[in-house]
Amino acid sequence: MTSSSPGPLIEVEHLTMRFGGLVAIDDVSFTGRPREITAIIGPNGAGKTTVFNCITGFYKPTIGRLTLRGDQEYLLERMLGHEIGQRARVARTFQNIRLFPGMTVLENLMVAQHNKLMTASGLSVYGLLGLARFRNAEAAAVEMARGWLERIGLVADADRPAGELPYGAQRRLEIARAMCTEPRLLCLDEPAAGLNPRESTELNALLVSIREREQIGILLIEHDMSVVMKISDHVVVLDYGRKIAEGPPAEVQRDPAVIRAYLGAGDEAGPDA
Amino acid sequence: MTTAARLPFMLKDAALTAFVSAALGIFIIGFHTVDVSGKGLVFDYWFEDLAVAVIVIFFGRLGLSMAAGGRRWPALVLGVALGVAGASPLRLPSTFLHWFIVIAAVLIIVRAIWPWVDVELARMRHSTHGVAAGRAGAKWFGAILLVAAAIMPLMPFADQKTMDLAVLILTYVMLGWGLNIVVGLAGLLDLGYVAFYAVGAYSYALLSTQWGLSFWVVLPIAGMMAATFGVLLGFPVLRLRGDYLAIVTLGFGEIIRLVILNWVDLTNGPAGIGGIPGPTLWGAVFAETAPPGKQTFAEMMGIPFTGNQRLVFLYYIILVLALITNFFTQRIRRLPVGRAWEALREDETACRALGINPTNTKLTAFAIGAMFAGFAGSFFAAKQRFISPESFVFIESAIILAIVVLGGMGSQIGVVLASVLLIGLPEWFRDLGGYRMLAFGMAMVLIMVFRPRGLIAHREPSVRLHPVGSKT
Repeated sequence: MTSSSPGPLIEVEHLTMRFGGLVAIDDVSFTGRPREITAIIGPNGAGKTTVFNCITGFYKPTIGRLTLRGDQEYLLERMLGHEIGQRARVARTFQNIRLFPGMTVLENLMVAQHNKLMTASGLSVYGLLGLARFRNAEAAAVEMARGWLERIGLVADADRPAGELPYGAQRRLEIARAMCTEPRLLCLDEPAAGLNPRESTELNALLVSIREREQIGILLIEHDMSVVMKISDHVVVLDYGRKIAEGPPAEVQRDPAVIRAYLGAGDEAGPDA
Repeated sequence: MTTAARLPFMLKDAALTAFVSAALGIFIIGFHTVDVSGKGLVFDYWFEDLAVAVIVIFFGRLGLSMAAGGRRWPALVLGVALGVAGASPLRLPSTFLHWFIVIAAVLIIVRAIWPWVDVELARMRHSTHGVAAGRAGAKWFGAILLVAAAIMPLMPFADQKTMDLAVLILTYVMLGWGLNIVVGLAGLLDLGYVAFYAVGAYSYALLSTQWGLSFWVVLPIAGMMAATFGVLLGFPVLRLRGDYLAIVTLGFGEIIRLVILNWVDLTNGPAGIGGIPGPTLWGAVFAETAPPGKQTFAEMMGIPFTGNQRLVFLYYIILVLALITNFFTQRIRRLPVGRAWEALREDETACRALGINPTNTKLTAFAIGAMFAGFAGSFFAAKQRFISPESFVFIESAIILAIVVLGGMGSQIGVVLASVLLIGLPEWFRDLGGYRMLAFGMAMVLIMVFRPRGLIAHREPSVRLHPVGSKT
């Protein structure tokens, strides 16, 4: 994938996260490139979601530097939670889906475009007056949402409450919602969890199309090895908070340390695939 | 048919219920002590009351179990018969028993027709035609309500007492709509809302009595003051969630009241502020005689003075203020900030991940809600002409919150219905004397039993991709 070998989009350096005496992440460094899907895998409790929570500002890392290169360099560990979404443009999804269940599908996608619309509505003043410049921005936002609904096949359900959608559709909607923030980096926390094989294939296609069309970087936490092996360009393996391997998927799959992490203790059933 | 549906069983069940209530009631209702001068305490026997109550309980229980057992028509007949008996001029030992019988009748009738209503409603909700009809219906209902509110003072029944009640209800409608922004939309449980009402009221009272500013000048200032207080209070507490926020807002509500109570130099403390001028219309005052240099409304219009003119004027002011609140809320709900409020209510963590600043967004909701409370507060001061800290106790916050919750969080029409119920009912129930609050409590329990998500639980999307009625 690395045709022109661009510089890294996100650089994680010496990331360490301690909760009291527990070391959840221990000196992990890796990079994620634009137009690449970087998968973070590892057994349960390896610290994958903690890495995500550090990158997206839900935790403040104990040690380490998180640099996102966009129009400028953003030091994520110094930014407030919402600023990371707003300025550094890192979007994420959650392991247990976090949609706005009582709001409609379309409204979910509109909320994702909040900051853009807020500026267009002149902090609500133009909006209250119903000026054309706000109405146009709103119409453009609806069109963008419609485009995403077409890509995830939910146009007909646009006006239904998001909580009423079937599980797989909610997963896709959450990704579309993250994409509506027009991110530079998309962090997906187990997007294939609970999907049937057909939905999982659709998800792969969606992720690949995001990589090809939007040209953004994707960080992916995944248990489903079929997803990881098929679509990721680069794999980082964590175990007990440490990075134990890194490289292209085929290489990582053969790595003895990785096999040991998944099979070694004898009480693990092995990779989910 | 189950055993519960058989008539002998129902009769036995009803008889047992009647027996239990008789056994309980004989001491509670049957005997009363009266202080007769010279003889000390003597017993007064209320056995007729007890007998009537037990008979009603027998038939009430019978009717309810018939309705529950699917015998809809007998239950309906029994309910109507009870209703007729309750409403008839039959001489019962007390008026309360009339009410008791009527309430029993209503319960049975509602229970009997409920399954049918429920099925119909469900069918309506699930057809596209039903949705469009429901929207049209809501629109018409709102329009009719608006016209009714506009012409109400011109009706022959609009005497002083009715107008007074109408002004009171509209004040609570406005407060409910204001709090609806905070609680219904943004999902911030605010138990100290009355504090902002107090800030608005004292702003007007002080500025008008000390500096002689008129109502219309102070109205926006009072709103600003309340909004400022909203920001000041909101800033430190809005990082808290749910119950914690509720407790802290409750505390702040009390703090404001205690400051008003103790800052005697400024607020005159518990003695309150009197002689607050009422609102004027183009400089004309609403009083029998005008102060020097002013004109009364009656003189200006060349009509005789009546006490009702002032109330009608106040009524239209609060109606317009409430409608502004409503219009503003409807409008802002469809703007990005309104959608962000609702999104925050649904999931704050997800909002943060989408780059929405939760603190600022909550603060705007808090401040705007407080602003409307400030407007309502200065209206209240102008209407009462006397305010003291006693008007701003916690129970006011609780009533406003109850209006929002009973109405259905976020529903504008629901707030109107709930205000009429919660403020109007206790007034209409005055005939019940001591049982007034009992009836009030029962009405609240019934609403929560039958409509646990509030009177109007429907939520209209702020934006639609497919206009209603179009094929999807």
